[in-house]
Amino acid sequence: MSAGAVGRAYPRLEGREKVTGTARYAVEYPVDGVTYGWAVPSAVVRGRITRVDPAQALASPGVLAVVHHGNAPRLAPGPEPDLWLLQEPTVHYRGQFIAVVVATSLEAAREGARLVRIDYDAGPHSTVLTDDHPGLYKPDHINPSYPTDTAEGDFDAGYAAAPVRVDVTYRTPAYHNNPMEPHATTAQWHDGRLLVHDSNQGASSVRATLAELFELPRESVRVVTQHVGGGFGSKGYAKAAVVLAALAARHVDRPVRLALTRQQLFGPIGYRTPTIQRVRLAADADGRLTAICHDAISQTSTMREFAEQTAVYTRSMYAAPHRRTTHRLVRLDVPTPFWMRAPGECPGAYALESAMDELAVAVGIDPVELRIRNDTEVDPDQGRPFTSRNLVACLREGAQRFGWADRDPAPRSRRDGHWLVGSGVAGSSYPARARPCSATATARPDGSFLVRINVTDIGTGARTAMWQVAADALGVPPERVAISIGDSDLPTAPVAGGSMGTASWSWAVIRACQALRGKLPEGGSPDRDVSAEADTSDEVGGQPTLPRYAYGAQFAEVRVDATTGEVRLNRMLGVFAAGQVVNPTTARSQLIGGMTMGLSMALHEEGVLDERYGDWVNHDLATYHITGCADVESIEAYWLDERDGELNPAGVKGIGEIGIVGAAAAIANAVHHATGVRIRDLPIRLDKLVGVSELA
Amino acid sequence: MRPFRYHRPADVAEAVAVLGAEPQAAYLAGGTNLVDLMKLGVQRPDVLVDVNRLPLDTVQELPDGGLRIGATVRNSDLAAHPVVRRDYPVLARALLAAASGQLRNLATTGGNLLQRTRCVYFQDTGKACNKRDPGSGCAALHGQNRDLAVLDWSEQCVATHPSDLAVALAALDAVVEVHDTDGARDVPLAALHRSPGTQPERETTLARGALITAVRLPALPAARRSAYLKVRDRASFAFAAGSVAAVLDLDGEVVRDVRLAYGAVAHRPWRAYRAEEELRGRPFSPELAAAAADAELAEARPLRHNGFKLPLTRAITVRVLTELAARAAS
Ligand SMILES: Cc1cc2nc3c(=O)[nH]c(=O)nc-3n(C[C@H](O)[C@H](O)[C@H](O)COP(=O)(O)OP(=O)(O)OC[C@H]3O[C@@H](n4cnc5c(N)ncnc54)[C@H](O)[C@@H]3O)c2cc1C
Ligand code: SF4
Repeated sequence: MSAGAVGRAYPRLEGREKVTGTARYAVEYPVDGVTYGWAVPSAVVRGRITRVDPAQALASPGVLAVVHHGNAPRLAPGPEPDLWLLQEPTVHYRGQFIAVVVATSLEAAREGARLVRIDYDAGPHSTVLTDDHPGLYKPDHINPSYPTDTAEGDFDAGYAAAPVRVDVTYRTPAYHNNPMEPHATTAQWHDGRLLVHDSNQGASSVRATLAELFELPRESVRVVTQHVGGGFGSKGYAKAAVVLAALAARHVDRPVRLALTRQQLFGPIGYRTPTIQRVRLAADADGRLTAICHDAISQTSTMREFAEQTAVYTRSMYAAPHRRTTHRLVRLDVPTPFWMRAPGECPGAYALESAMDELAVAVGIDPVELRIRNDTEVDPDQGRPFTSRNLVACLREGAQRFGWADRDPAPRSRRDGHWLVGSGVAGSSYPARARPCSATATARPDGSFLVRINVTDIGTGARTAMWQVAADALGVPPERVAISIGDSDLPTAPVAGGSMGTASWSWAVIRACQALRGKLPEGGSPDRDVSAEADTSDEVGGQPTLPRYAYGAQFAEVRVDATTGEVRLNRMLGVFAAGQVVNPTTARSQLIGGMTMGLSMALHEEGVLDERYGDWVNHDLATYHITGCADVESIEAYWLDERDGELNPAGVKGIGEIGIVGAAAAIANAVHHATGVRIRDLPIRLDKLVGVSELA
Repeated sequence: MRPFRYHRPADVAEAVAVLGAEPQAAYLAGGTNLVDLMKLGVQRPDVLVDVNRLPLDTVQELPDGGLRIGATVRNSDLAAHPVVRRDYPVLARALLAAASGQLRNLATTGGNLLQRTRCVYFQDTGKACNKRDPGSGCAALHGQNRDLAVLDWSEQCVATHPSDLAVALAALDAVVEVHDTDGARDVPLAALHRSPGTQPERETTLARGALITAVRLPALPAARRSAYLKVRDRASFAFAAGSVAAVLDLDGEVVRDVRLAYGAVAHRPWRAYRAEEELRGRPFSPELAAAAADAELAEARPLRHNGFKLPLTRAITVRVLTELAARAAS
């Protein structure tokens, strides 16, 4: 890495376009003859559509068509039943899109949507997750392909024999991803070919899905994704908006723009499943864990199985001779849950890292020290040494930066006027994975280079990071490199998700650049364009299976008003060990963004479901509270200089998700330290604290 | 969105006349509430009568020491007005505790008072709501009602009025100046909003088509020592979980006069007359403040999810009055 662009702070390449409003998002491209689609949600939870009467809608000014299961173009039944839209009269959940109204203006389409009359035969429904739900079952495996349950040693015996035990149950509500930009698409058909400008996290996979659904060769589908206003997992695969827009455009034979409303993001695009998690920990008198059990319950839909890997975090985080994890699911009449930033690890770490805090209190040792005592160099799950594990270093550095040493361990030991002040800590970890990817690199006679790869930059700075990586791999200053991303016509790349984007993409970029260098005259430019390509499938596939993880330590200080129960964050500090950091500017924004989202989870967010209607009633940002700027008084993220040779050529572990893991636990633990009150169902809001007798 | 016509009247008389003639017309001020509800299909006017160009955008000092605030004065401008800040800090505080900077730049005095409830069922045309669709039932009564009323609700509606401004104005004994087809008249703020009773769709005592032209504040020297305390689920940009507006006038230790109003507890800004009575003429103490709040809340009937509002309202009553008393002493 001679030129040294990697590791240096660069502003985002497209930053100027974004802040001046010229960066184009999916429904902002000028398109001749464009029309507008409006998705119509079902008004019942479960049942069948018996009649669609479009007459009134069609009579409304500007309305061109009402597309529904009776007249929609046919789709091939694919592996994603959620995407088999407008194909059948069945309703699986309230809010499922059952029609699209197309009109010459957005307003006319919306009014048309209101005028479509739909009759249903509605059946009874079940939409609330409980730990005694009669439908609880054991899935075959959990996401993406982990075993459902694991057991090592004899948990029951180990637990029973231990001098210190904690047996606690935590609950988390549904969380809704809520990216700034909703799921949105402009779809156009030309001569049997489909072009979509779409907001997603992986244009290559969206193309594959559309090709499958519309039974087209992949070359006939092009997905352009230049800029994306966030996704947090919810845009990881093709979702309803792109399918509806393509269906509607084909039906009216005109380009269609379709953007979901904020309300429509609460459900149909996926959400983080509610969880009920029982954690049992047992330790000896020194706090060394002897038994760990994590039983997680979550929900899925009747359409397909989505089994959140909630307790997987617990399998590798701390060691103990007796360990057990289980996952149970219930199929409810709800939209299918989906990925949300650190699926599995995020809710799972909230439970385990909270329980560790409870154990620290029970044993009477410092919670940082408890974690250090239970560190392990060998993955308890795989039985092999971690390629690198710097949890303890993160804890130590974090404790020092945070000023942990001054902490009086006794709850309620600090007061500042009417505020009770407390601090908390949690561990954090996230797997470091990579997927096959391809890229090309081209050298031009003028000395410049072009790297082409279908990376999706969902706002993270991926474009900039790959540009830096390419410059170093080419051994030239980054100013001589151009990068082209966000178009499925470019070499195929995996999704921006699972904290494996940077690892996977940089791998292919580096290999392509290396191949190109091999073709170039020593020290000079070619006399015509010279290109090289790389596909990392074999290399990635051939990598040994080793436990590769990023680690972190989260620290939080909160204040709780002793009479009103208001909870506010004073400060939050995270230290992470995530391999090579490519761009400190964008890395920091990922880490503090994740931490802020964890704060939001701890104190604010809650999808409130009304069982009678079967949907979330607080489906807008005025009532579904997300942490605001004023809630983040001080937040700091640091990272260790970590080198791990067992990862990938760039040596990165990924940082998109680890920032959220453990963050909610650190805050919940701080609330307990401040008040002596342990709230085990999130969010921790004033209504759970005000009037609680221990508080005052 | 339902197609609508747009009308910009030349003067107040024309505005009132258009509303009188058009049964489905609505005034458009900042539009921060109305336009949202139109998009959601909750309000479906066919004519919008834009009041923004009417000459109602000034704050005048009155000869008796009071203040007249035009109906289209923006919330931001009012909060920044030097006389408001000096003489009625409770009002400035209430305004600044509401919504966000961008919204306050658009939101008007009149529009704020007439904003609709934030009950989630009201805002969703797919759910039963007597206020939106009389006779359809009240989904909130046995549904999600954490944010809703503890006082004065009816089986037909348990909604709260969401305005912070209105709570401060209730404490200040403000008077609302109104024009309708019968001409101009004054309505005390305390009599502007209704209890839900059997007709929750009727939120105010105003005649249909009535235009708010101004809000008048009486001279109230004691209001220089006034405060607004709002408690919410996040640090900014959230409606109140509980709020209290207070004016405290002490003669030594003894409460000479007090004005107290609560937000987030009822279908209207809740002037706490009973608590005021408990306080008046007695030496102030935090215990007295607590007893006064208890007296006010004695008839509260919390719903399934909002019992927390009672200890909360009590706590903020004690806090705000104790702080005002301490300021008086220093
Ligand atoms: C996300 C969000 C958060 C908010 N948070 C808060 C908060 O914390 N506290 C708070 O108090 N408010 C809050 N608000 C509400 C905001 O204060 C109101 O939307 C605003 O005050 C309404 O004023 P407007 O001028 O925009 O009214 P408009 O939306 O124009 O009108 C509202 C209603 O009043 C009628 N109207 C307007 N002017 C007159 C008049 N002169 N005479 C007769 N009728 C009239 C209209 O016809 C309409 O029915 C929030 C709003 C949003 C969107
Ligand atoms: S409380 Fe009032 S506004 Fe809410 S659903 Fe009931 S009737 Fe409608």
